[in-house]
Amino acid sequence: MTVACPPAAVARDRGRLLATERALAAAMRLPEHRRRHGGPPWHELPAAPAAGLIQLADAVDLRGRGGAGFPVARKLEAVTRSRATPMLLVNGVEGEPLSAKDRALLTAAPHLVLDGAMVLAVAIGAAAVVVATQARTLPGLERALAERGGQDPVPIRLAATPQAFVAGEETALVHWLMARDPRPTARPPRPFERGLDNRPTLVQNAETVAQVALLAAHGAAGYRSAGTPGEPGSTLVTLSGAVRWPGVYEIEVGSPVAQVLARAGGPTQPIRAVLAGGYFGAYLPAAALDRLLWSRAGLGQWGANSGAGVIHLLASSRCPARDAAHLATILARESAGQCGPCVHGLAAIAAGLRRLAAGPPGALDRELAQLHLWMDEVRGRGGCRFPDGSVATIASALRVFADDWEAHAVGGCVAGAGAAASLAGGGR
Amino acid sequence: MIRLRLDPIACDGRGLCLELLPERIRPDSWGYPIIHPEPVPAALVAAARRAVAACPQLALRLEGGAPAVAPARSG
Repeated sequence: MTVACPPAAVARDRGRLLATERALAAAMRLPEHRRRHGGPPWHELPAAPAAGLIQLADAVDLRGRGGAGFPVARKLEAVTRSRATPMLLVNGVEGEPLSAKDRALLTAAPHLVLDGAMVLAVAIGAAAVVVATQARTLPGLERALAERGGQDPVPIRLAATPQAFVAGEETALVHWLMARDPRPTARPPRPFERGLDNRPTLVQNAETVAQVALLAAHGAAGYRSAGTPGEPGSTLVTLSGAVRWPGVYEIEVGSPVAQVLARAGGPTQPIRAVLAGGYFGAYLPAAALDRLLWSRAGLGQWGANSGAGVIHLLASSRCPARDAAHLATILARESAGQCGPCVHGLAAIAAGLRRLAAGPPGALDRELAQLHLWMDEVRGRGGCRFPDGSVATIASALRVFADDWEAHAVGGCVAGAGAAASLAGGGR
Repeated sequence: MIRLRLDPIACDGRGLCLELLPERIRPDSWGYPIIHPEPVPAALVAAARRAVAACPQLALRLEGGAPAVAPARSG
């Protein structure tokens, strides 16, 4: 987030989640937050708050913004099914290396997240709320809590988390908070059955929680004033790579990606491809940028999903084969190291991609067949979804960069030899 | 309906199950068990129980009844 700021853009006040064009360092203070979004929104909840909020979430088909896109209403139902008093865990870990939106949101609009946490906590009758994020994001939240002066109806605790990729996975986060082990757990109970303090625990991504605050404060109709009929509202995206002003932007769901690229000053170089969603996303050809709409429906047409909201532009001066090999190498390294197929499979796949990118490996068909076999053997065989997400992204790289793998197999590189992987330094 | 379930975190790929139930469990490229997704047929239930009992990591179990439905991760 340490990027140059376009002076004209800051004045354009179009955001719901973020007051300024981009998430900048200054946090919105409580009085200004109340002017924009009104009084504490949990006062607006109906007499049967869980059912009311479930209905409201269903009315706008609110989905999780952490990557999986799970319906919020279903999670609310799951956690209130038990008679035990639940906990609320706000997940601001953001392990995705190319995403900065949750930390930007917690920094720029802490009260929106805290309001949303209170709406959820009151609705499910939570004993307490834990907001978990990387240590460097905590000071701003501490200041925001001090501003609120203990007026919240449910107690809030802050917790620092590790920065590891998998640490943001729901079971890994609960594992870390309960036992200081940031690795996923495969066995039941799931967090909604037994999580923090051994209570049923609702885990929601930080942006999702802020969306709940908007929904409670402005109602379903107000929420629907942005976005598309099928996917209402706004969302946060993190732009990186070959773009003039990288950073976090708020966009209407369903708006053209070309539009937010223009707001970000456009590409700095001719573009070869875009990594949509993030490390658990999909590479799309640059041609997609002209028509791509940022929504489940729009991305789905390209076999992609919004994931954690990452839009990473790959310049055509970069070698996409090396870039993909580098990404696979990082994914293999970030495995929590617990499940055999994930550990050995991702390592083998990454080594295979590095061999292909270094070229010439000889029989490309045989190498690709081997890679596809390994990917089949990894998919669905981890304790969490890490191997699945990794393999999906790698598969898209094999598909979209087919010409490059072929060129490498005969000793050439479409992008020119010696091109460095852009993901190494182009992230944030 | 009885299904074989593997805890992939507990499994360390020693492979005793592969020998005891080759009809439903095959090794991947690294020697870790790939479990057949279909329910275990009645004729194989006894062999499946032996494979479960043999696992030194207690990573394998038999599950009957309705499968649990759970939200997978935070979103």
